[in-house]
Amino acid sequence: MYRYDEFDAKFVNERTAQFRDQAERRLRGELTEDEFRPLRLMNGLYLQLHAYMLRVAIPYGTLSANQMRVLALIAEKWDKGYGHFTTRQNIQYNWIKLEDTADILQALADVEMHAIQTSGNCIRNVTTDHWAGAAADELDDPRPVGELIRQWSSLHPEFSYLPRKFKIAITGAPHDRAAVKVHDIGLRLHKNAAGQIGWEVMVGGGQGRTPLIAVTVRDFLPQNELIAYLEAIMRVYNLYGRRDNKYKARIKILVHEIGAAKFKSEVEAEYAKHPAQQTQVEEAELARIAKYFAAPKFEKLSRFSPAFEEARRADGEFSRWARNNLAPHRVDGYTIVNISLKPEGGIPGDATAEQMRVMADLAEAYSADELRVSHAQNIVLAHVKLEDAYALWQKLKAADLAAANYGLAGDIIACPGLDYCALATARSIPVAQAISRKFADVKKQEEYGPLKINISGCINACGHHHVGHIGILGLDKKGEEYYQITLGGSSSENASIGTILGPGFAAQEVPDAIETILNTYMKLRERGEEFLVTYRRVGPKPFKEALYATA
Amino acid sequence: MSNEEKGQVMTANRLRDGDVVFLTRSGAWSEKIDDAVLAQEPQALAALETRAADDVKRNVVTGQYLFEATRIGGKIRADHIRERIRTLGPSVRTDLGKQADGTAGAFQLDEA
Repeated sequence: MYRYDEFDAKFVNERTAQFRDQAERRLRGELTEDEFRPLRLMNGLYLQLHAYMLRVAIPYGTLSANQMRVLALIAEKWDKGYGHFTTRQNIQYNWIKLEDTADILQALADVEMHAIQTSGNCIRNVTTDHWAGAAADELDDPRPVGELIRQWSSLHPEFSYLPRKFKIAITGAPHDRAAVKVHDIGLRLHKNAAGQIGWEVMVGGGQGRTPLIAVTVRDFLPQNELIAYLEAIMRVYNLYGRRDNKYKARIKILVHEIGAAKFKSEVEAEYAKHPAQQTQVEEAELARIAKYFAAPKFEKLSRFSPAFEEARRADGEFSRWARNNLAPHRVDGYTIVNISLKPEGGIPGDATAEQMRVMADLAEAYSADELRVSHAQNIVLAHVKLEDAYALWQKLKAADLAAANYGLAGDIIACPGLDYCALATARSIPVAQAISRKFADVKKQEEYGPLKINISGCINACGHHHVGHIGILGLDKKGEEYYQITLGGSSSENASIGTILGPGFAAQEVPDAIETILNTYMKLRERGEEFLVTYRRVGPKPFKEALYATA
Repeated sequence: MSNEEKGQVMTANRLRDGDVVFLTRSGAWSEKIDDAVLAQEPQALAALETRAADDVKRNVVTGQYLFEATRIGGKIRADHIRERIRTLGPSVRTDLGKQADGTAGAFQLDEA
């Protein structure tokens, strides 16, 4: 894991002291709200429905056991005993007091964390594959580049006042688990015909009110040119991105308004001004950073663990969890453990301070002292020995963290919605809970197969509904919550935006509507065919007919 | 219904802790919606706006606005679900917020 050097530490400590002074001046009345708002937002402090909300950055979703313990401490000492892991691999606290915030930021700074650039029109937390460095299909760990981008973009004077917020996602694997095609910039590592490793650079994806898939502006960019090339993209955006209309200010609008070809030529013209040979600083820095991400010392183990196989035979419940929640590791005898934060009827992404501590302890004992937050609001222990999986599962179970629904119907992504969020038009969480209860039987979920149900409580789409296989969008119709259903979205390498099926539903009708959709799929699917594949084969028509037939 | 009275309530978040508060007749801010003034006349509404703007300047509250509400049987019910959630706390965590602190409004979320 990356460790702060003296410059990082100094920078974050100074920033915290600066915020302490700003907050004190605000409370004394020396700063007005209009003066203070941008300052608090630059430090992740929002005002939400019930209180202030603090969004803490978890760079590329990776944190140490000790950092997780501090997140637990913050939940307990300054919030109400829990936190919410977000769809951008961050954590949010819902009940923060302005007068406590500087102390919280200092507690974070003490473990090399902060809340910088978790808001505002700047480059936000870089997100990545939550299996980075462990996935069997990965070419290389993308996190050193994630860290390089974090350092480059932190308080970058030229890119601190962009037309709008800016999100970068990176993946080192061909199977995209980081949703790179629905980000402002998506980066995918791959090999060219000569066997060299480089980046496919995609620009202009996004969700929100105008969902769009990113276009490729460079098929293959050598690693050492990455920062220089990103800079060229940012400059073109900074110059031409619209500032007159907030809803048209994201780079996706620019790319799609002027067209991919024109945008690309603008970027290449800008890039030509900055010769690629001037990248020694980045190269040296990347080499320094990469050392911190050296893989843990893996033991030489057999691919087959008798203890693991025996536990699976003996314990059906464990066997089910292992089948759904473990993923192949690149090293024999190891596995990736996906901890579902989606217990039956639970709040997606919420974890108590106690659960955070349990996960931290398990990371320390079994997984190289490291945890990941996934954009699907789950926690990953990336380097677990197969022979330890049973002991680990028993401890998860005791902490109510052993939901066996990873990647299935119960593994729902949901934003906080109108229960917490000042922007929301409808509640998301109760709908997620009702669906989770409806499909409580994991055996049934397994029959439905891999499924992504994503729920957003407003058009800003924090719940990623556009790219859910089944997407649910909560809206307000004359003071009543109602929910629009979309089908066929995907955030993978074959990304697509879901299609709206028809008129919306009242909250209590949604679970039945989802069941109708799934039953229709079960009737139509060919042997072994996943939901999304069936949908792409048959289109929306049979689902529409089933859903609206009785209306 | 004869004992129903429509009007508007001034709300804001308290500056130091962000708590949801409502403007009362005495000019103080209360955590309980039932302490709030339900204003109807333009003059009364203007007075609420002036008072709230002053308290924003005095750094007592922030993010002030009026919302529509109805007094039913002596208790105030926010017309929109968003404001009802603010008078109660999250509907998915009834152990938290005003509903748990004894400062909730009298009406449940779906209660008409």
